[in-house]
This record gives sequence, structure tokens and C-alpha cells, in this order.
Amino acid sequence: MSNALSKPAYLVLRDGSVFRGLSFGAEGTASGEVVFNTSMTGYQEMLTDPSYAGQIVVPTFPMMGNYGINATDDESGRIQVMGFVVRERWMQPSHFDATRTLHDYLASQRIPSIHGVDTRAVTRRIRDSGAMMGTITSTETPDEALARLRATPSYGDIDFVQHVTTDREFDWNGDGRSRIVAIDCGVKYNILRNLARRGSRVTVVPSTATAEEVLAHRPDGVVISPGPGDPVHNEATVRAAEALIGRVPILGICLGHQVIARALGAGTYKLKFGHRGGNHPVQDVRSGRVYITAQNHGYAVSDAGLPSSLEVTHRNLNDGTVEGLRHRAVPLLTIQYHSEASPGPLDNEYIFDEFMDLVRDASK
Amino acid sequence: MTTHEKPRKVLVIGSGPIVIGQAAEFDYAGTQACRSLREEGITTVLVNSNPATIMTDEDVADFVYIEPLTVDVVERIIAREKPDGLLPTLGGQTGLNLAMDLHRAGVLERHGVRLLGTSPETIAKAEDRELFRDMLSAIGEPTPPSEIVHSVDEALAVGRALGLPLVVRPAYTLGGTGGGFAKTMAELEEVARTGLAASPIHQILVERSLLGWKEIEVEVMRDAADNCIIICTMENFDPMGVHTGDSIVIAPTQTLSDKEYQMLRSASIKIIRSLGIQGGCNVQFALSPHPIVGEALPGGAPAPMQYYVIEVNPRVSRSSALASKATGYPIARVAAKIAVGRTLDEIPNAVTKKTKAAFEPAIDYCVIKIPRWPFDKFATGDRVIGTQMKATGEVMAIDRSYVAALQKAVRSLEMGGRSILWQDPEWKQGAARGVEGLPLNPTDLRLWVMLAALRRGVGVNDLCKITMVDPWFVQGLQHIVDMERRLLGQELTSDLLWEAKRLGFSDEVIGTLADRLPEQVRQQRIEAGIRPVYKMVDTCAAEFEAVTPYFYSCYEQENEASPLPAPRAVVIGSGPIRIGQGIEFDYCSVHAAWALRDSGVHSIMVNSNPETVSTDFDSSDRLYFEPLDEEAVRDIIDNETPPGGDAPASVVQFGGQTAINLSQALGRAGLPIMGSSADAIDIASNRERFGDLMERLGIPQPPGATVTSLEEGLSVAQRIGFPLLVRPSYVLGGRAMEIVDNATQLVRYLSRAVEAGQGRPILMDKYFEGREVEVDAICDGEQVLIPGIMEHIERAGVHSGDSMAVYPAPTLTEEEQHMIVDYTTRIGLALGVRGLMNIQYVIMSESLYRDPSTFDPSSHLKSSVYIIEVNPRSSRTVPFISKVTDVPMVQLATNVMRGQTLREQGRQGGLQPVKPLVAVKAPVFSMQKLPGVDTYLGPEMKSTGEVMGIDKALRPAVAKALMAANLMLPPKGSLLVTIADRDKPEAVPWLKLLHERGYRLYATSGTAALVSGLGIPVTPVNRVGEPAANALSVVVDRTVDGVVNTIAEVAVSLKDGFEIRRAAVERRMPCYTSIDTARAAVEALAYGYDRFSVAPTAKYVDGTA
Repeated sequence: MSNALSKPAYLVLRDGSVFRGLSFGAEGTASGEVVFNTSMTGYQEMLTDPSYAGQIVVPTFPMMGNYGINATDDESGRIQVMGFVVRERWMQPSHFDATRTLHDYLASQRIPSIHGVDTRAVTRRIRDSGAMMGTITSTETPDEALARLRATPSYGDIDFVQHVTTDREFDWNGDGRSRIVAIDCGVKYNILRNLARRGSRVTVVPSTATAEEVLAHRPDGVVISPGPGDPVHNEATVRAAEALIGRVPILGICLGHQVIARALGAGTYKLKFGHRGGNHPVQDVRSGRVYITAQNHGYAVSDAGLPSSLEVTHRNLNDGTVEGLRHRAVPLLTIQYHSEASPGPLDNEYIFDEFMDLVRDASK
Repeated sequence: MTTHEKPRKVLVIGSGPIVIGQAAEFDYAGTQACRSLREEGITTVLVNSNPATIMTDEDVADFVYIEPLTVDVVERIIAREKPDGLLPTLGGQTGLNLAMDLHRAGVLERHGVRLLGTSPETIAKAEDRELFRDMLSAIGEPTPPSEIVHSVDEALAVGRALGLPLVVRPAYTLGGTGGGFAKTMAELEEVARTGLAASPIHQILVERSLLGWKEIEVEVMRDAADNCIIICTMENFDPMGVHTGDSIVIAPTQTLSDKEYQMLRSASIKIIRSLGIQGGCNVQFALSPHPIVGEALPGGAPAPMQYYVIEVNPRVSRSSALASKATGYPIARVAAKIAVGRTLDEIPNAVTKKTKAAFEPAIDYCVIKIPRWPFDKFATGDRVIGTQMKATGEVMAIDRSYVAALQKAVRSLEMGGRSILWQDPEWKQGAARGVEGLPLNPTDLRLWVMLAALRRGVGVNDLCKITMVDPWFVQGLQHIVDMERRLLGQELTSDLLWEAKRLGFSDEVIGTLADRLPEQVRQQRIEAGIRPVYKMVDTCAAEFEAVTPYFYSCYEQENEASPLPAPRAVVIGSGPIRIGQGIEFDYCSVHAAWALRDSGVHSIMVNSNPETVSTDFDSSDRLYFEPLDEEAVRDIIDNETPPGGDAPASVVQFGGQTAINLSQALGRAGLPIMGSSADAIDIASNRERFGDLMERLGIPQPPGATVTSLEEGLSVAQRIGFPLLVRPSYVLGGRAMEIVDNATQLVRYLSRAVEAGQGRPILMDKYFEGREVEVDAICDGEQVLIPGIMEHIERAGVHSGDSMAVYPAPTLTEEEQHMIVDYTTRIGLALGVRGLMNIQYVIMSESLYRDPSTFDPSSHLKSSVYIIEVNPRSSRTVPFISKVTDVPMVQLATNVMRGQTLREQGRQGGLQPVKPLVAVKAPVFSMQKLPGVDTYLGPEMKSTGEVMGIDKALRPAVAKALMAANLMLPPKGSLLVTIADRDKPEAVPWLKLLHERGYRLYATSGTAALVSGLGIPVTPVNRVGEPAANALSVVVDRTVDGVVNTIAEVAVSLKDGFEIRRAAVERRMPCYTSIDTARAAVEALAYGYDRFSVAPTAKYVDGTA
């Protein structure tokens, strides 16, 4: 293997722990919140998910790059992660539609990455101590990296949505029976594809769009998208949501769910290390049915202080956290997980059907 | 009882004997299921014919029946126990078929028994090809274009319509028995014929071949509330065309993008919902191959992301056992709970104890399974692998990368000298360039052939086109070869050593390449601080803190397994199931771990076999899933040794020859062994030292010698006389043990063996054709406890593993018994055995056969007892004898090893009082799956498994054993008899008996003369090769229902009977090659089919049956 060609690199965590490895992708340094994801497939989708902005992602599955990078599986216009930490990166991908290697892809967008790392050790550290800031470096000593890291602002203090949202509105597709506006806090293409597939004409607007700007499109429904970071930074979207609730059917996904909950007076809080992967069981509390979901979030909606107007429809089977809400009076449903999957199981696309039912009922 | 009501009492059907296609995985499944049901407060009744299983232990189920798995027997069990539920999905295809037979016979309805988890309709939908295809087409899931046919003519017509190549799949068989590929119409005719014969309902599917496509398996679970989860997906290294049981398998899938993975995941869920399965199921897909492979296919590259559903197993399977061990998710346990109405969100995840069973395991390592084939035993067997499974067992290895896991799996195979570097000298002939001379077709050796090709510079893509293996897998092999070159050419620095260890190179292979001894490599890496660390298998990729003590090694930064506190001991397991080392040794290993745990000693299990109970994470206090070689075991012991503390002792007596062989290496490394010392073990296995000891003790052995030349051999033969048992002292591709009757045969054997052996010695012993007796015993240094004496039905010369054994010995005189007890006791004490030993004796007396019905044990018959061999370890018969004598041998022996005497355990030495029962152990063969292998019984073991018949008297016990082994003659019918001259006098009584029972006899000339001389009508048939009706044709066209074929001079006559025996075996008709088995079978037939008892084993043992 071409290990001999790689430069030594380190992953240094805020608590001082140091993990050895070798540089790949781009050389240099990158800092961010270090999080792990337990999905065994879907690294290209993961890398391009805007919700990973500001984060260094550690896939727990040890072999990455097996099937290369293709022209179709991007979930946004670029790689969104700050850095990528893997156990082994495969340099000779094998797949019918692979156009390049994982290494080339990361290098082309200047994403510092590190391979050869004991990623399970990193995961255990995060599990035990919580998600924390970290840095990848192929140019500094671990001590230098730690010193720099201490001077780096914390993930939670930064508004990443402003960096990933679209700067101007655009139409995803020009036709369709229902008109849906998607407020882009870091939308994934597969949300738009799912809406389009269900006969929607989708317009994507920036996260700073006001309720009036949204309503100017005369939407039949509004989707507030997932996105990165702490929802406290998304006051503009919260205000827009507040004004939209009850006037138009709304679907909130992930950050969108948190924003809507805040708009109705609920609180949000940071989870110890979040939920990231494609195997999280979520129970529909009304039917008892369990759904395997794709998840990617570090914050959650608090149970305490939930307004009586909201009903908890879904909970995480593992830790009981709120996974879905429905408004008792107006057409509004929200989910903490990713019904659009990509990567992840397709079992939850029915949420889009339920939303489209709300849209149709409302326009009758 | 309504569908959702929890049953009160449940019958669990086991899978019977170990055969190819159905190995120890169902012991694991049945044991988990029984425990799981008992946790739910349900009374359990278990039936299985295989005594060498944990599931048939007294305390696994409430009522345990070791009885034949037939409709009649199970109906009697149902009538007696009155269960209200039956769990059909945990006993493999055997259990499923039996459940369906019970359903069809109306037994279940008659007794008000409900099938749990999976309804008869569901089973039929999944198993019947026509219903299955209809169901899939109704839900829009694609199946390969195919037709179901019931005759060869129909098959040919369909073949012409679909186009070649085609594949034939018989309905309702296990391990793909009788199926195969056809690239020509002639091949189609042949495969269709065998397929129709193999199918119990004479139905086959003729289908478009998807040869070369990717083969993907998905393990799915569903509960009554319709919650569905995927436990594991697996990808086959060997593409479509090789049975998944014969494929190298990797988990999780490696070459699928998320889009492809989710496509197959969703399809699997759709299928399990449509089938309505409550429990586990396995779905097999063919997915269009990589374009490089696709372009090499006859019809060109198929469209990307195209898939077909190949097969569904509506039950726990071999693959689900692998999936369980690969993920840590206890599939059988959860499936059993679902079957009685629990839902996934209610069932706790036993691994994390914090989360629920409703989730999909995430794994953060790579798992490789490699099948273990029996061709080291069967050199003449056809090594080509295809749709008919041939492997007897498998190994699994876990590591953080594919390449490292693959190398570890190769080490786990325990193939003697066949390391990753092994090459057949024959491949070197010819050009030694390109692929010339390399057998790259699918065989058990293909992995090594592919590596050889890469070493010769064959390109990855070229190799993919030839083998149809995906480029990703071949690229991994290229990484191995690249590292080999570096190890050959570069200085072995710490960095290079680290890289090589990360890629899974063993110390031994590194040593070979870098010109060092393995021990030097070990020392160098330990000095450089390069040691493996151990990571946990936790179902969740470390997301949640887990409590499972289940570990694998890797070369990484962080170690998760700190030494267990003392007292503790390492139990060395027995590795893959192979001929000669089966599930019995897993039974013993598990009991050793339990005995240690019961006495407050932490048990540390090491094993590499995913099919077993021993590799369940709760069988021991800590499980290391690792190869059973010196490097791995020493690394584990090092890891369990606290700084400055003592190394834990190893238990080597229970893991068969695998563990015993390790004792010498551990001894050399100065590591402690529990029980008998490495030296005692050496004496027992070293011919000279053992001979000296026997001489000192005055215990006679058959005369013998070790020779290295033809001349020496002939002079030894002159001195001790023929017949002789000859065998090389080294392993040599199956040309192993033979009985030679005269000088000509000896010369032929010796000249071959001397040449191949290159100076290594050949062992020659006088072959005593006497009655064979076997004992297992426990020795504590003061006393020797013998639970019972087993007498073989077949005379010496048939391997003890292939003989029927009877407890208590029916025809030994009191004097003979006395002598056996005396010898056994003196040998145990003199050898210094601490723990178990097994001894085989041969008795030479007035006759080779004593009629048990008239035999008087107090008679004074002149006889001599000779010792054949001593094994200073547990044996194949330990589970059998433990169960029928109620002496927990492994537990007692383990306690002895810890230093507790038998007396302190409340036991007296000597032969234990006889139980009021007769138990017969009978061998079971898998010969129909191994074309080219002779079924003739001889000194080389051939059976894959065993069954037990137990009753209050000898005759019914024998009948039940034969019935369970499928060796019973039908109540009425015809028999072909070709009997060697020397056996003819002995045959007279049972030939008469057959005639009295209305049997029609067919015989070749010599035997026919004898038969008609007795006044019995007989149809003479020609010899094989002469015009029909001949001895072969009457078997082929099923004129006869069974064959007795005995021969005098093995080496000469073997060829004649070979085709007859193969024809019989392939038609699943009994074929007896020992006059003793034939006699027992005829006597059992005469006794009758219905005069036996059916009772829990415990009732026989305490005399209340």
C-alpha cells in the first residue's frame, strides 16, 4: 500500500488526547467539533451533508472509499465537513459509477483528512467525554495543535447555518401540483428530490427569509430543513416559523424541528455526543411501531416546557429523547431524524407522504 | 389458543446429526432458543437425535428427548408432553421439514399444537419454488427467469427456451444437494436427473444462470407488530455460482454504495413482510457485477443496480449464526422470543443491557468467513465447488480491515502447512508465468491459486475476468502480495513490521519472508512494543457502553481488554468442524468454561468457529474470537497476564487435537497448562515413549515398528505377520492409513509412501481383527473413574468415529471388563493424567461375534486385551457417555485439573455402576455431497456426525440409532448383497432372517451361489460393466432398496464396489460395507419399527422410562 507516501498526521482533541495517523486528502490543519457516525455505507452523502459544517467526522466503520466517489450521490454542492478521520482509506475503488477516489475528492476540495487512526478509540473517548473540539494536523506537533485548538472558538458558539444556506432563492424544479417552499438551513438534495417526486414544485429560500418572503410564493406547504449547529443561532428562522405556523402546513426536519419547537416556546439542549448514524430506533408513540432512522444531530428538543399545543409523536427507543412532534390544532409535523435518509434506511419516506396529505387537506 | 396468546409449553426440534450443510450452528440456535423461552416462563421440550450437543444437556430444556427425528417419534413425544406450541425454525432444514411433515400428517392439528413464529403457509411460500415466485412477483420483486419442472424432458424443453447457461435447484433439500450448473444440454439432462432424485417432492427449478453476479445475503428480523430490522448484510467473495456455504464471505457488504445497500435492505423487508415471518429470515440476492466482471460474462455486462431474489430461508440458518457472531446480536434468542409474541422494542439488547433489540447492529470491523472443506481427508474427492455445498465447517475472523481479517481466517483454518504463502508444487510446472497451469476455477484452493497468480504478475483486472471475483476483493489480495515483496526485499524495521502486522501477517509468514524464525519475529516485535490490542464486539460500534466480554485482536492504539482478575484459566477451543473433530469438542469446551465459572474461576474461551455455543458471548466470562495457533494463543495469554503477575493456565484437554497440539508450544514457552502436563501428553502421543511405558506396565500392544525404507518394512512384516495397519507419521494429502493383507500390497504402499515421505518414518502395526472397546476416564492422580465401557459393533479396522458404539458393553465377559478397568487405571496413574483420557482396546477371543441375546458375561472365554491407543484428552464419546451414565465428565475433570480430587468431589474411582438402559451411538455420513469419495469404511474416519439411540434394551436401541442415522432398512423391499468369501459364513444367519421378513435378494455370482445354497430364492445379477441387470444397474434404477457390499482385500477390490457404493449413497439408500453393521441392521429390521420406547433421556437414565 502507499502508506510510505503519506505524511504523519495527528488528531488532537480538546482534552489533550492525541491519535496518530497519516495524512490524506489535503495536507494542513483543520479544526471542528469531533463527532462519530456509525453508518457503514454512504460516506459521500455524509461528507456533503451541510449539517456537518464545522465538524470533523469520524466514521466508525473502518474501511472508507471502497466504492469510490460518483457523480450522483452528493447531498449539496460541496464537501461540508471540516475534516475526515478514518481507519483505512481505500485507494482502488471498485464500483460501476466511481469516477474518482475518496482521497482525490477530499484533496480537490482541500479537506485535511487523516487515515490509519484508531477510530474506535476516538469514538470511545467522545462517547465517554462528549463531543468536543479537535483538530487534524499534518504540519504541527500535537502540542502546537493543542495550543492552537485552545484558542479556537467552540462549535456551539458559531452560527454555521449562515455559511451553508443558499444566498439567493432558487427553484429546484419548475412544475408540480403543490407549491412547496423549503427554508434552507442546510438542506439536503434528497429532501428536495422526495418533495419533487411527490408532485411538488419546490422553491428553496435562504434561512434568513421572513414569513412574508415565504408567503409571497403562495406556498401550499413549507419545509424547514436540517442544518448545522445550535438552534439558538437561528433567531430569524424561528421568527419566520412563528409567523408561518397555522397559516400553512409545515414540515420540520432535524434543525427545522428544533427551530419550530423553539418558535412554539419549547427549549433545546445539547446532547452529550449526539445521534449520528443509520440505525437509530424511533418509536411512534401512538402505534408502538419502531422505525429504523437515519440521524445526524447534536441538539434536541427538551421535554420540559413543551407547550401543550404540541404532541410528542415519536421518541428515540434508546434514550427516550423527543424525535417527532405534531401540533394539536394546525397542520404541523416535525421530526428530529432524517426521513430523506441518504445515507440511511428508506423506511421513513412515508413522513413526506403524511406531509403531502396535510398539504392536500389544507388546500381543499 | 389464539395467535397472540403466549404458549405454555413449547416443543423445540433440533437439527439432528452434523452433516454437510447443517453443522453446529443449530446447537447454538437451539440452546439459545430454549434458554430464551425459559426466561419467558415457558416450559420447554427438546428433541434431537444428536447427543454431542449442548442443547441435549439435561438442564437446557425442561424435558430433553434424544430420539430419532421422525414423524412417528415426535408424535409420541407430543402425545406424552402435550405442548401447545412448536418452534420449527431453529432446527435447520431438518427441523423445518419435520415440522411440515407433522403438519401435513395432521399431527399438529390432532394434538392442538400451534407452529410458532412461522405458519405452515409461510414455510410453504418460502420453500416451494412456485409459490415463492408467485409471491415475489405479486410484490414486484424480481426473480431470475425460470420454470418449475417435474421431469427431465420438461427440464430440457425449458432449457431450450431460457438459453444456456442454466442452474438446477431441487426443492426442499439442504446444502443445495443435487443441484448444479449446466453449460450444455447434456449437462442439463444429467443435473436435472440428480436434482429430481434429490428432491423429496421430485421438483426442480430450471433457471437462468447468474454466474458471476455479486451474491449478497441479508439477515432480517420481524416481529408480530410488523417491526422489521436488518441484523447484518454479507457479501460473498466468490460470486454467484458457488454455494454460499462454500463461499468466502465478508460482513458487512464492502462493494455496495448506500443506494445499492438500501435498495436490497428495503427489498428484504418487503419480502419478510409479505411472507409474514415472525422471527428471523435470510434473503439471498444476486446483484449485477462490476463492469470488469460483467464484460467477461457470456451475455455481456448486465445493467448496473439490477438484482434478483435468489432464495429465502424462513428460519435461523448457517448465515444467521454467522451474522450473530459477526455482529454480537443474538438472533436465535431474539427469534425465539418473537415467536412467543414479544416485540423487538420490548426485548432488551443483551449486549448493552441499556438499549433494546429493535435496532440495526453497527459494526466497526470486518468479518471474514472461510469454509473448512474435507479434502485433506478425501484426497480423491472432487475439489470443485459449485451449487452443492461440500464444506463441513467454517472459521470466522474479525479484524479492523479486510486484508487482516482474511489472513487471520486463513490461520484459523488449521490447515497444517498451508499458510497464506502455500503453493501446490504442481502449479510450478510449465511456464510459471501468467495464469498457465493455475487452476483458477472454483475449488477449495482458489484463494491460494489467486495469490499465486498475483505473485506471478497477473494483473488484478485480468484475474477478475477469469475468476469473476470483484476487483475490490482481488485488490486486497494484491496488497498482501505487495507486502510479501517488501518483506522479502526490505530490511525488517519496526515500521515495516508494524505495517505487516496491521495487514494481518503472522509472525510465521513474516519469518518465512524475512528469513527469521517465528520466535525471532515475535521477540523483535515485542521489543519494539508491537503487540495486538483487543477490541470489543458490541453491536453498536462503541456508541453505547457494552457489557459483552467478546473480543478480537488487532494492531491499534487502544486496548479494551485488561486482564481478568485471578483466579482465571484459558480454555482452548477446537476450531472449525471437520471430519475427526466435530461438535463434541465444542460441547466439552463449553462445559469446561461452565465448570470453571461454577467454581469461581474466570473462564477465558478462545475459538475461531462461529457456529458454536462456545463462541456465544455468555458461554464464558470472556471470549477471544481468534485463530487457535501458537501466536494468537500466546498473545492472548500475554494480554491476560498483569504486569509482574502470573500468566493464566491453559486448559488444553477439551479442544480436540487442536488444543492438544498447542500444549507442546505452550510448554516450550514456559506457560502453565492445567491438568496433565505437556510431558504426559507427549508420552501418550510419542510412539517410543508410550511403547516403553506399556512394556514397563506389562500391558500388551499389537506388535509394531517404525520404518523408513522398503527393506526395513518387509523385514518387519516378516517378523510380525500380516495383516498390517500402515500409516505415515506425517500428514500427506489423504494417503494415510491403510490395512495391507500381503507383501504385494505392502510393497506398493511403502514404495509410494517412502518416496513421498522423503525419509520420514512410516508406522507399521499388526492389525488385529478383533472386537473393539473404548473407554473414557478421569484420573486425579489417586483414582481413575470410568463412567462406562463402550463396545463397538464393527470389528477393529473401522475407525472408532465411524463405528457404532454400545453402552453398556453387551458382550464382554466379567474378566474382560475387569482387565479393561485394570489397564485403564494403571495407565492413567502411570502417565500422570490429571483430567480426561480416552483409551481404545482390541479384544482377540474365540469369535469375532458374540450373540448378545444368548451371551453370558460370567462365562470363562479365553481372550486377550490389547491397547491400541491412548488420547490424553477428551474424546468424541465424552458427551455421549456423560449423558447416558449421568457422570458429568467434563465438570469432574475440570475440577480435577484445578486440584480437587475425585474423592473431594464425592466420587469413587473404578467402573461406575451400570445404568438400566442401552445406548447406541451411530455415525452419520455426508457422502452424497462429496462426489468421488469412497464410502467404504476403513481405518480413516469419514463420518461427519453422530446420533444416539437409547432404550431399555439392545435391539430397540440399535433400531433407533439406525433410524436416526438413516441407515435403517425399509420394512419391506429388496437388497443387493455382494459379500467377500471370508464374510460368507457370518452372513448366513441374517440372510435367512431377511428371507423370513419377505426381502427379495439380488446378488453377484459368488454370493448368489451361497444364498441359493441356503435354499433362499435370489436373483443373480452380472458384475459391474457387464450387461444389465448388473450390480450397478439394480442400484441405479432402484430395483433394490439397500446394499451390503463387503470386500476381502481392501486395496484390490475397492475399485469394483466403488461405483455401486456411490450409486447407493447418491440415491440415499443404506449401504453397509461392514458385515457387522449389516448384521445389526437386519436384526433391527427383524425386531421391527414400532417396538421401541420414547421417553426423556433422564427417564432412561433413572430407570423410569
